[in-house]
Amino acid sequence: MGSDAHLVFRDGKLLVTLSGDWSIHAPNPSVHDILLTQTYQTADIHCLDVNSEGIGQWDSSLVNFIKQLSDRHPNAELRHTLPNGIVALLDLACAVPPIVSTSPAEASWLSNLVTWVSPFSRSEQVGLGVMQFMAFIGELVIAAAKALVGQARMRMTDLLQFCYQTGPNALPIISLSSVLVGVILGYLGAVQLQQFGAGIYVANLVTVGVLREMGALMTAIIIAGRTGAAYAAQLGTMQVNEEVDAIEILGISAMEFLILPRVIAVLIMVPLLTLYADILGIIGGGIVAGGLGISPLQYWTQLQESLMMSHVVVGLLKGLLFGLLIGIAGCRAGMQATRNSEGVGRATTNAVVTALIYLVVADAAINIVCQWLEI
Amino acid sequence: MSSAVVVDQMTLAYGDRVIQRELSFAVETGQICVIVGGSGCGKSTLLRHMLGLAEPTHGSVSFEGQNFTHADQQQRMAMRLQWGVTFQQGGLISAMSLAENLSLPLELYTDLNARQRAELIELKLALVGLAGYQNYYPSEISGGMRKRAALARALMLDPKFLFFDEPSAGLDPISSRRLDELIASLAASLGATVIMVTHELDSIFAIANHAVYLDNVSKTLLDAGPPAYLRDHSDHAVVREFFSRGGQRSSASKETLNA
Repeated sequence: MGSDAHLVFRDGKLLVTLSGDWSIHAPNPSVHDILLTQTYQTADIHCLDVNSEGIGQWDSSLVNFIKQLSDRHPNAELRHTLPNGIVALLDLACAVPPIVSTSPAEASWLSNLVTWVSPFSRSEQVGLGVMQFMAFIGELVIAAAKALVGQARMRMTDLLQFCYQTGPNALPIISLSSVLVGVILGYLGAVQLQQFGAGIYVANLVTVGVLREMGALMTAIIIAGRTGAAYAAQLGTMQVNEEVDAIEILGISAMEFLILPRVIAVLIMVPLLTLYADILGIIGGGIVAGGLGISPLQYWTQLQESLMMSHVVVGLLKGLLFGLLIGIAGCRAGMQATRNSEGVGRATTNAVVTALIYLVVADAAINIVCQWLEI
Repeated sequence: MSSAVVVDQMTLAYGDRVIQRELSFAVETGQICVIVGGSGCGKSTLLRHMLGLAEPTHGSVSFEGQNFTHADQQQRMAMRLQWGVTFQQGGLISAMSLAENLSLPLELYTDLNARQRAELIELKLALVGLAGYQNYYPSEISGGMRKRAALARALMLDPKFLFFDEPSAGLDPISSRRLDELIASLAASLGATVIMVTHELDSIFAIANHAVYLDNVSKTLLDAGPPAYLRDHSDHAVVREFFSRGGQRSSASKETLNA
């Protein structure tokens, strides 16, 4: 049998007659809808008389109905014949009064939009972000200076462990991607160069492309996704577990103890991995050249013609800078993580996205500078 | 008795959101003081502000007459050397073994050699019932053991002040009671002043001799005093209700502890 509620206003009393089975899985009378049809003023009600003798099964839907009714008539006395279970639930629901918010009134979506697009508000946020970034860099520089004079509280075992995680552990994926990048560059060049009978110059294209650009960039992208994200997750989890607080209370600088070894590890390992990626990329290009009928000796001879120390140095310098940027992006995101699992997830995403933006901007800047300097 | 800790007119806020305002109370030397109140009233926030992990918008905290809030970094560090702190999650560094965690304060602030450090670590772990666990990592031991290991690390420099944030949260009743006993006996033997955030009534009545009640509606300190006194004589019904909800159980647990 469906639920039903019948309301009658008489002499300052609201007589409520409830009947039927009340279930949250079936449609129930709504206090809101019923009261819309009533003509009395809620202030005139001094008594709510609830007759529940006709009810069968009940659940939260009935409790909710009575609470809604009671909330809409706060000055009315509640008289009822309700089952004990409902009374107990009503008592529980009314035990703690709703919190009175002391925070500023919630802004409308329109004012939020205006604030968001306001140039001042945006520039203020950007300015704050830049200040925080500069403060982070400043602290990192001070910690690095202390490390140079042997005063930083950094454990050598941590540094070695991070170096191992960043470098040797990444070799398989770096190997695969580097060879394939060499192959891609080789095929890309071969298709065009063969049209002019200049297939042999595939070696030049691969060598310059890998050494100056792709070796460092691909390595950095992989390390950003692998190590940068791991740093953010590690430090974010340490925030959640209050490890960072404990370290600070012990009087240890988190910058020296947690961040510096991580940044140094990527700073050391990314250039080394770049060098490794360069070699494998050139080998990948050699595989393509072999397919085009260029002998290994011809490829090697042609490669040597285009192999200039400046290409290697530019690539390694890029690797060094990329490593620093990945370390900064990962560690900063981790240290800014809010103290919950969602915060750790967001920090990890931020670390990768920020690192990729840093990499692209830095790469473009270096290429422009190299063009100016004719390197 | 003299006041070991004085919180003076401290207002806690995150941005524009005020958590608690104008808190003032004192804790005497050797007392075990609990900070209590409903969920979300700012107990842990107050502890973080007292420890200098967050800065109050107004007011200050002093330890043995020295103002900590307005002290410079060096002075703060000197004061922190007299503290032992355990956090809700323990705060052990997960990448380090228990021995390495415990060794950290000794390496930083003493000139002890490796053998002396190892002996002290063994002693402190034995004090908290974890003898032989030196080479275990925090992830390899239970939650209760982690809390005890964190307590051992907090005790490494024989602190004058011990701070606990929900020490028995998430522990079973037996582990919780053992931790209470441990805190009480260690505090007594070290003569340390203890400040503890908790809402475990059993713990409060078992070991605390002073309580501070924070209210999350008025956002201020409602009452302070011995827990039993607050339960029976507080002017505020909400405080009496808070402490009396577990009164009978709690009295029983104290008897067990004293036995």
